[in-house]
Amino acid sequence: MMNVVYFAWVRERIGLPQEQVDTNAATVADLVEELKAREDRYEAAFADISALRVALDQELADFDAPLAGVKEIAFFPPMTGG
Amino acid sequence: MTVRVQPELFDAGAELNRFAQGRSDVGAVVSFTGVVRDTDGDLQEMQIEHYPGMTESAIAKIVQEATTRWGLADALVIHRYGALKPGAPIMMVATASAHRAAAFEAADFLMDYLKSRAPFWKKEITTAGASWVAAKDADEDALKRW
Repeated sequence: MMNVVYFAWVRERIGLPQEQVDTNAATVADLVEELKAREDRYEAAFADISALRVALDQELADFDAPLAGVKEIAFFPPMTGG
Repeated sequence: MTVRVQPELFDAGAELNRFAQGRSDVGAVVSFTGVVRDTDGDLQEMQIEHYPGMTESAIAKIVQEATTRWGLADALVIHRYGALKPGAPIMMVATASAHRAAAFEAADFLMDYLKSRAPFWKKEITTAGASWVAAKDADEDALKRW
């Protein structure tokens, strides 16, 4: 089980701040494909992954990064701090 | 090094005085305060969301890098989240070093990195509706000069 967390408009499109996902996906991109296949709201949120960023256990990562040993994955748009 | 992530208002002047107080080892203290700007005159509030846990560790990493690279004596970062009104302070950075060039450059570096690498997201609530603030290409490009 993996804790999947969403922020900003990704959270709004999916309609959840976080959820537990049972997955054997090997990489972030594989997990994205699994989620997109679930329901339209995931398809809408992940339609353009170039507009998204991902963090694995609270560290920024790439979409081809492996998920082995990862407990928490977060999806969000580019950050707008400062 | 001090990093604070909080919803509460802060007093930038008081924070800066406290930061600068009692130091005889530095010749320069630089600070920057970011304020909620009402660009088109219709902003009701700015909502700032963040990623608790990652926010603190990402900022600490950025501050650590600046401290090492510019040999800072100390650095302070305060960043707010929650619903903020136009004119309210969003965040501040302060740097202290022996000479001014290092303090200015380190503060500039901190601002560029906090903008694009600390997990905050801004949403503007205006009389016309709500919209997420989009990251600018210029913000990402700004990182390349470091």
